[in-house]
Amino acid sequence: MGALTLTVNGRRRTYRGAAFTRLIDVLREDFRLTGTKEGCGEGECGACTVLLDGAPVNSCLIPVGQAAGRRVETVESLGSPEKLSKLQQGFLDCAGAQCGICTPGMLMSAHAHLKSGGKADDASVRTALSGNLCRCTGYQHIVDSVLAAARGKKKKASRK
Amino acid sequence: MRGDARSMTWTSPRTPAQAVRALAADPRALAFAGGTDLMVAWNMGLLNGRAVVDLSRLTPWRMIRASRDGLSIGSLATHAEILRHPAVRARFSLLADACATVGAAQIQNRGTLGGNLANASPAGDTFPALAVYEAVVHCLGPEGRRALPLLEFFAGVKKTRLKPGELIESVFLPSLPKPARAQFRKVGTRGAQAISKTMFAGALWLDRDGVVADVRLAFGSLAPTVRRLRAAEAFLKGRRLDAATSAEAAQLLDADVSPIDDIRSTRAYRLAASRGLLARFLAGR
Repeated sequence: MGALTLTVNGRRRTYRGAAFTRLIDVLREDFRLTGTKEGCGEGECGACTVLLDGAPVNSCLIPVGQAAGRRVETVESLGSPEKLSKLQQGFLDCAGAQCGICTPGMLMSAHAHLKSGGKADDASVRTALSGNLCRCTGYQHIVDSVLAAARGKKKKASRK
Repeated sequence: MRGDARSMTWTSPRTPAQAVRALAADPRALAFAGGTDLMVAWNMGLLNGRAVVDLSRLTPWRMIRASRDGLSIGSLATHAEILRHPAVRARFSLLADACATVGAAQIQNRGTLGGNLANASPAGDTFPALAVYEAVVHCLGPEGRRALPLLEFFAGVKKTRLKPGELIESVFLPSLPKPARAQFRKVGTRGAQAISKTMFAGALWLDRDGVVADVRLAFGSLAPTVRRLRAAEAFLKGRRLDAATSAEAAQLLDADVSPIDDIRSTRAYRLAASRGLLARFLAGR
């Protein structure tokens, strides 16, 4: 037992407890960031995807001890209900969310893909999201949502 | 029962020597790299009460170094780091292709080459490529360093020849002439997140007159450990690749593998699919 610090959504946070506690549990229960969902708890479904130093990872497979001193971003970092991010707006516009359990993970995987300069085409987006399962089987709408958000971004950039 | 975080002890050694000492002192201690396999077992409550030695602070073990002699991949390099490395892509493309099929992005960003090896699954995605490249596993233990050829590193299903306290430091791939043909294929239920039913890596060198100068063929998921197809390789060397030769080589598959029926596939399917992979490779398709 001890204290460790990590940066969550740009804020330095201190966690006191067992270093082997899963990152998802620290985020949800200690930091009350309940946007991140747990699906399978074994790294298959991607519902718990967060970014660790900018890269998508399953927060159910990471002891918080390995996140010490590192940067974590959750779905709460994207936007707020009053001001959605482009990607969140894309999901809303294209019906990319159905039951919603996979959505935070889908958003974080898609966010990581687009932010790192990943291609905004069907095949690239599908590969980027291949570690995220949707049991409502809304994959087509999810891919459409990401592509719509990416196109929106491009349009805005070209107008500048 | 689920994993109990409070039952675990956690140490993060800063040097390889400290890590080796911590592991040697407690035979039940777990070396923890990316955790993509260990956390699954822990979440199921199978590892409660164990001491965990976190390797993530051993940053020199994450390095990938290319030289004229070959490529040295630190045991803590992730699949994502390996598959993006220019020297891996240019000179050891089978390994890059294999790393791209490990789980999906989330697993590739966490899982390490050393962890993949130490876990020693019969279906380890990187092993056929490493077998083709005749990789050497460099280990560090209480008695010092030693190097094991890949095929000697594995002792059976989920078993390695690592001694108590011994850790994988790096994996070395010796340089080799550019093959005329190289291919990695994985057969599973879907493209991502699947554990393979069968898995193939092959490289082929041809003489100027189209005769096989050298060939290395390896399969995963067809035996307790990864296998090179010694019989088929010996048969093919010195022969011209025509339909009859390829068909006969594919029949020699059985000499070096022993697939089983399990939850993922059957012996019959694995053999049929693997012969297909081999025939396609030899036909250049």
